[in-house]
Amino acid sequence: MELTDGTLVEKARAGETDAFRALVERHSQRLFRLAYRMTGNQEDAEDVVQDSFLRAFRRLDQFDGRASFGTWLHRIAANRSVDLVRSRTVRFEYGSGGDSVDDPVLTLPARGPSPERVAASSQIRDRVEEAMNELSAVERTAFVLRHFEEMHLEEVGRVLGCGSNTAKHSVFRAVHKLRRALEPLAKSAR
Amino acid sequence: MKHLDDEEMILWHYGESGDDTHPMEDARAHLLECRECGARYASLVSVLDAVEAVAVPERGPEYPAQVWKKIGRDVSASRWVRWPRTAPWNWAAATAAAAALLVAGFVAGRYSLSAPPAEPLLTTNALLTSMPADAGAGKRVLRLAVADHLERSQMVLVELANSNPKFNRSGHLNILSEQERAEALVSENRLYRQSAQFAGQTAVAGVLEELERVLLDITHGPSEISARELDALRQRLESEGILFKIHVLRSNVRMEQPVVMERL
Repeated sequence: MELTDGTLVEKARAGETDAFRALVERHSQRLFRLAYRMTGNQEDAEDVVQDSFLRAFRRLDQFDGRASFGTWLHRIAANRSVDLVRSRTVRFEYGSGGDSVDDPVLTLPARGPSPERVAASSQIRDRVEEAMNELSAVERTAFVLRHFEEMHLEEVGRVLGCGSNTAKHSVFRAVHKLRRALEPLAKSAR
Repeated sequence: MKHLDDEEMILWHYGESGDDTHPMEDARAHLLECRECGARYASLVSVLDAVEAVAVPERGPEYPAQVWKKIGRDVSASRWVRWPRTAPWNWAAATAAAAALLVAGFVAGRYSLSAPPAEPLLTTNALLTSMPADAGAGKRVLRLAVADHLERSQMVLVELANSNPKFNRSGHLNILSEQERAEALVSENRLYRQSAQFAGQTAVAGVLEELERVLLDITHGPSEISARELDALRQRLESEGILFKIHVLRSNVRMEQPVVMERL
């Protein structure tokens, strides 16, 4: 029978590193996805995952079980990502930067996966990434947790260490900014 | 029903209850009936769908094992100390007990104890919860704990001062590991400093106070520092001579030579 996270945490607290290893194996993939969406960079995301697990292990005594271990871990990873994004002095490596919404390639009619269409998809991706990078760290975190991780706003608030109302308004601001940046693009791609 | 505003639409999209003036069912019905709101909602959905275009690079099934390979050694090496949630009076009692032992250890340390045996290092928690009635054993335990604390502090600072930094592509050095170790040392340091002050050991307390400031600054600083910040930290450590002071204090604590400390 598979042990629950709670049981594994108790065993890890008792000094069983294999129990913590099981938690790492259980949560690594999901934590990487979160970290990547937060940082937009593979290497940074991998660093966040490792740092988060180490930090979680060293703070196991602070895990009080009120939230699930996964939520607690996400909170650590989200905070690490926010720290990293805030401390970063250069922009994300993957933003294209120079593409205009009015780029003729983006307004080509959608008739299947022609080379132009593939190029357009690639540019849409670039624009999305660029738009995501324009969000503040808190907005990005709130949006990622709500949209991709499907956390309820109350849980998002817990991760961010704020109330659900603040989390809600962070999501609103994020969506508003994304709409402003992407709406023309999304229309042209339909 | 009046039109849905953008925020109500977002809440509805995510299945959040929203405010009571627009229950979910009403919103659904309105979106089906109202062309204007329906078009705005379709636009919102198209944007949120576009966001999905950002694909996350796939990590293979071996990824969790790779993560463990990178952190497993640190996890095994970490000496995780479980601090009991004690009442304040317990801390006061523990501090007083530690102070009393420091008095015995530093002030009245005329007994020349032999060099401490290579016992396993004790955690502060173990120290505080096992304050022995036997003063001689207590002094030895305390001295070992203080020496251990100083050694670990010294190691953190030496790693920062002398390491060959590996900066990432954004030109930063990740010091999270050192930061967390510094954070764990701050509480212990505070206890020892207060005890030394209580015991009238101003020179010892002074060094511990300097150490505490450095540890706190590292703890509260960013987890990633630039080459310039690292350089500033190194210069500070060098100019304040904190590493040398810790080294001398540690030697004295181990060898019990309180007089030398007074010269620092």
